[in-house]
Amino acid sequence: MKKWLRENLFRSYLDGVVTLVSAALAIWILTQLWNFVFVTGRWEIIQVNLKLLLVGRFPEESMWLVGLSMISLAFFIGLAAGSLRSTGLKSRKVTEIAIDVTRRFGLLLLLAAAIIYLAGTLDALLAGLQVFAALAVGRLLGGLKTTITWLKPIPKALWLALWALLPIASIGFTLSVASLEEWGGFLINFYIAIVSIVLCFPLGILLALGRRSSFPVVRLLSTTYIELIRGAPLFVLLLLAGVALEFFIPPEIAPDVIFRSVTVFTLFTGAYLAEIIRGGLQSIPKGQTEAGKALGLSTVKIIYLITLPQALRNVIPAQIGQFISLFKDTTLAGAALSVFEVLNIGKAITKQDDFLGQGMIYESLAFVALLFWVGSFVMSRESQRLEKKLGVGVR
Amino acid sequence: MKTRLAGELGMPTSPPGASSRIPIWRNVRFLRVLFQLAVLAIVGAILAWLWNNYQLNVARSSIPTNLDFLDNPANFTIPGNDFDQSQPVRAAFVEGFFNTLQVAVVGILLATVLGTLVGIGRLAKNFLVRKIAAAYVEVIRNLPLLVLLTFMNLAVVLQTFPRIEDAWQPLDLFVISNRGIAIPWFLGSALNIAGVLLLALVISLLVRKLRQNYSDRTGKPSRDVLYAVATFTALLIAGWLVLGYQIEVPIVDGRSTSGGLRLDPSFFALLVALVLYTSSQIAEIVRGSILAVPKGQAEAADALALSGGQKMRLVILPQAFRIAMPALGNQYLNLIKNSSLGASISYFELTQIAQITVGNGSPAVPAFTLTLLVYLAISLVTSLVVNFFNRRLALVER
Repeated sequence: MKKWLRENLFRSYLDGVVTLVSAALAIWILTQLWNFVFVTGRWEIIQVNLKLLLVGRFPEESMWLVGLSMISLAFFIGLAAGSLRSTGLKSRKVTEIAIDVTRRFGLLLLLAAAIIYLAGTLDALLAGLQVFAALAVGRLLGGLKTTITWLKPIPKALWLALWALLPIASIGFTLSVASLEEWGGFLINFYIAIVSIVLCFPLGILLALGRRSSFPVVRLLSTTYIELIRGAPLFVLLLLAGVALEFFIPPEIAPDVIFRSVTVFTLFTGAYLAEIIRGGLQSIPKGQTEAGKALGLSTVKIIYLITLPQALRNVIPAQIGQFISLFKDTTLAGAALSVFEVLNIGKAITKQDDFLGQGMIYESLAFVALLFWVGSFVMSRESQRLEKKLGVGVR
Repeated sequence: MKTRLAGELGMPTSPPGASSRIPIWRNVRFLRVLFQLAVLAIVGAILAWLWNNYQLNVARSSIPTNLDFLDNPANFTIPGNDFDQSQPVRAAFVEGFFNTLQVAVVGILLATVLGTLVGIGRLAKNFLVRKIAAAYVEVIRNLPLLVLLTFMNLAVVLQTFPRIEDAWQPLDLFVISNRGIAIPWFLGSALNIAGVLLLALVISLLVRKLRQNYSDRTGKPSRDVLYAVATFTALLIAGWLVLGYQIEVPIVDGRSTSGGLRLDPSFFALLVALVLYTSSQIAEIVRGSILAVPKGQAEAADALALSGGQKMRLVILPQAFRIAMPALGNQYLNLIKNSSLGASISYFELTQIAQITVGNGSPAVPAFTLTLLVYLAISLVTSLVVNFFNRRLALVER
């Protein structure tokens, strides 16, 4: 203990002073935070508006559909994670699994507890547990895919595509019951992010391939697109889509703000994703392509059987990083296009009659920040874990 | 030749003599041209469709498509500026451009300094410093910039800062209120001050070079930085004595402040949010780059008995910055583009000007296209500068 203290806190007089100053700083910040959360913070503004913040004006009677969509989506993500592992299920002790899960999601549970405390209701806990359980079940089932003999020959793409119908169907059904205009809050941030991620992925791959293609025309077009988009601020593009999109499409189509924002996020993230995937493609040794040629594969087959899978795997962490920034950037849709998303609602609820002029902006912004923080932090943690596991750059 | 082309398509090569004449639908050269023409045709058709729609829609609502709106009177004022609303839109765009530049330049400088400090702090031997730096990075990096910005604007500046009547005046040097922040600043002609600064900088760099040459010739310690700083300070003091410029401290003057330099509340909020956000990204880059410097370098510095500070300053950081340069350049570009969020808190930068002038009836498509082109130009110039430094710093590979 004494040795640890000397080595880590008091190596020299100067170091001791630094330690004392930073200890004072840390204690001050932590007491301020404690005070805010447990003493001065008036969290009733969150408790009253919890539903508004999370799902906007989504009809009460269809709320179970949101739960269903979330659960099926979590199930699918777990399933995909499980199926894409090459090792399959290993028999592990329950205690081992428990320790592993706590280490990975312990902080998440702590934050879930924080949200429940702030929100003052147990519903969020129940919903969270259901989603988590769905994730776990999906993960298990995905593991079975690589363990059970008669499931093994099914192509992974087909297997995943079949199961993807589950979340797609439930989200589609939810959309048919409550149109997007009734969606709002954190749900709409989530929706915009998910849809844009799914749509920008093929665009990114095409652009990356185009930029590395041996066809000069394709290369020029892809490069121009990527560089133009990367030189433009997302916020300006969103504003432009807000006032100018209708000029470029036939007048019969009246795009709503969600459509506009999904379009911009897709086109924007596609360009960035293309650069990431291009990096991945460049990291594949030339011998791989040559080996494909030696086997007599066509160029297209070499790309989708040999180089692209490896390239995508090599840059998974960077892709997740891009998706995290897309998730955070969905707040811009609120500022630029007045989408009824969670930050806009967070600002609006402080102007309600009950809370007007009472300086509640701290409480409401803290809650909004916590939602985004938890989401991005968990994603970036998982991506770091994945990076270690894939051993990118270590091999 | 035939063999090479067939091989390119990945097809098994034909036996010699079997294909003395390749039919045109199997001629790779022809197919390549055809494919590219097809791509060009598709992209061209999409663009033409969009352009056609644009022409039709514009004609239908008789909206101008040219840049004539730039000569119309702006019809709005810019706070903290003597911009008059009868001045043309063009002048407003120029003001917005300079405001964007202002927040970008100051932001890049501050974010680099703060980010480097935090990045080094994450690798400090001191446990507490390490943890505080890590917490800083993890907290800020995972928040949306817009949430930070809204927090700075609505919660900190507009709600927590006092009214001007009871402004905070720490050390009697600053005036902090919800009308902005006033800091001490030079009194007198800015041109004089800039001239003296530039002259002092050039001469002190010259002195540094001379000291280095001297050291190279004689082998004696150069103490170049010491000499340069001394020269710089001496020249500044000399300039002060000759020109008599002085620093003025701001004071509260009724409902406003006088003296010093007044920073708009929205400028302050945007600057702080951008600096916090970008510095958390830069800290990670700096940390990664320091870790990427080969371990032997640190060990060699230890073997030469350099102190911890010397090791960092003379051995590790110069090499780390070489590694960090491209990623840093990206962050600078991000900061410049992110400054467009200033429009959401009414900081009158380029995007806000465009938004207002479109709201006042200027045609949307030309106005925003112009804005995008300006951002593109700023980005291009920035990446040129970064690339220039990158080339200067890069290892000369054999």
